[in-house]
Amino acid sequence: MAFLYDPVNFIAGWAHGILTGWGLVDSLATVIIYLIGITVLIVFAMVLDVMLVWVERKVVARFQDRLGPNRIGPFGLIQPFADIIKMVIKEDITPAGADRIVYNIAPVLAASSVIILWAILPIASSIYGVDLNVGILYLVAAGSLGTLAIIMAGWSSNNKYALLGAFRMVANMISYEIPMVIILLVPTILADTMSIKGITQAQSGVWFAILSPLAFLIFLISAIAELGRSPFDLNEAESEIVSGFNIEYSGMKFGWFYAGELLHAFTFGGFIAILFFGGYGGFFGLERIGFFSWLNNPFVQAVVFITKAMFGYWVIMWIKYSMPRIRIDHMLAFNWKFLTPLALVVLVNTAILSKVLVNLPIWGYALGMFFSNILIGLITIEILRAYGRKQRIAEGNLVRQVAHN
Amino acid sequence: MSVEQIIFVLTSLLILGSAFMVVTTRKLVQAALWLVSALFGVTILYAMLQANFLAVVQVVVYIGAIAVLFIFAVMLTRKELRDQGSQTRSNWWIAASLGVLVLAGLVSLIIGQPAFNRTAEVIPAGVDTLRNLGTALVSPDAYVLPFEVASVLLLAALVGAVFIASRKGEEK
Repeated sequence: MAFLYDPVNFIAGWAHGILTGWGLVDSLATVIIYLIGITVLIVFAMVLDVMLVWVERKVVARFQDRLGPNRIGPFGLIQPFADIIKMVIKEDITPAGADRIVYNIAPVLAASSVIILWAILPIASSIYGVDLNVGILYLVAAGSLGTLAIIMAGWSSNNKYALLGAFRMVANMISYEIPMVIILLVPTILADTMSIKGITQAQSGVWFAILSPLAFLIFLISAIAELGRSPFDLNEAESEIVSGFNIEYSGMKFGWFYAGELLHAFTFGGFIAILFFGGYGGFFGLERIGFFSWLNNPFVQAVVFITKAMFGYWVIMWIKYSMPRIRIDHMLAFNWKFLTPLALVVLVNTAILSKVLVNLPIWGYALGMFFSNILIGLITIEILRAYGRKQRIAEGNLVRQVAHN
Repeated sequence: MSVEQIIFVLTSLLILGSAFMVVTTRKLVQAALWLVSALFGVTILYAMLQANFLAVVQVVVYIGAIAVLFIFAVMLTRKELRDQGSQTRSNWWIAASLGVLVLAGLVSLIIGQPAFNRTAEVIPAGVDTLRNLGTALVSPDAYVLPFEVASVLLLAALVGAVFIASRKGEEK
């Protein structure tokens, strides 16, 4: 029965027993088990990644009114394996004049900057890599490694399009990191901890997406920008700079960027689920009632988490395939003149209200938080409307003046 | 040697080797990337000391912000990313001897300290170092004044940057 409630520790304890039974030193056995654990986690993420290729292709096809892969295997399920075989056997090209070492490290760094995020991803209450007390900052740190990987790829390729793509990506990521870091403080304040697991547990009563819907929306937008997905896909704008930072990469080296991007999108779907939708839990207190105690089972929790993460991933895909690309000056103006100030307002609001409403019962606290967010949203829309009106009047006056002359 | 000591030695070699490459390589962008590698080694040291917060902040600030800015500035300002000519000046031996002297002084100072032979104390379970750090930063008995002074300094830099940027717009 222990296996059903704590599978990871159960297997680890069992393997530890076997290894020490073979005469290994205790500490060495622990190191070996940790290494196996890391390998299993990475393999799980990468196998999931293979299936994400299929999910992505199938979903984009539906959004574009096509069928998607449907030839190989049932529902085209074998298609991603065919894609991988194709990628592996393609010619591996290193452009002349490329910085060989940096050029070869960049795709590995790009993929690993995503995989290290899985270390802190709690899939269930007893299935997680590590429960860091600085989990939120770790998320930001992994993002900055991704930026570095893209700069390295863009610079080392010795190609002007690659370099332009890298410049754009860095401008994008550095700008949108600011509203993201600010808005990540909202779950931190609400949960009173930076640990990812602590944030999940703090939502067993009510989701943070209900307490702060604006924070969720801002995080979603900045996450999409950090992913470099449409409408923020200026880094690989195929109509302007061909393919951007990864233009010179072929075969499996390109495959690493592609796999990294897909897994990154799914991982951010997971983080949206964790930070705002209760992660593996968040059943509104239902799991404490005896009849629903099966919701506490780690396997049920894992299914719940993967479902929520897939939903977040689906929303990211939905936006990607419905929006045109944003122009670079619009992208920067949107970030600095709209998203960052709004994020600051939401943060200040949350910080003040969490102290003011702390003595109220849970429903009063939740309603106060929710309606303060709605109020901020309405005021923002009013300000935007007034601004748009002023612009239109100014343009109208200009047209009238020109016509008059 | 314990596992920790092996990791420490490997990390130190990584940091020192990378730092050496920073000053000897002729390609500027590669020098910046070696600097990233050295800074990453320091992150590992922080992580080994159980200073999670410092380790993560090291990556966010030094690798994510400062190193990226370095690389960006180098790529945008220099046409030729290689340096020509000799990498040393005629009076290099003065700098070298000064460096050796400073190192010797520091080493003799550190060896004299009573803390030199102590092993790190294990942080007892239940002590949240992060919370202690946060409280110390804003408590009047500890570091609130330097913290606020630094904030005002950064704010002044921010306002200055905005001011300069907006002035340029007027001139056009």
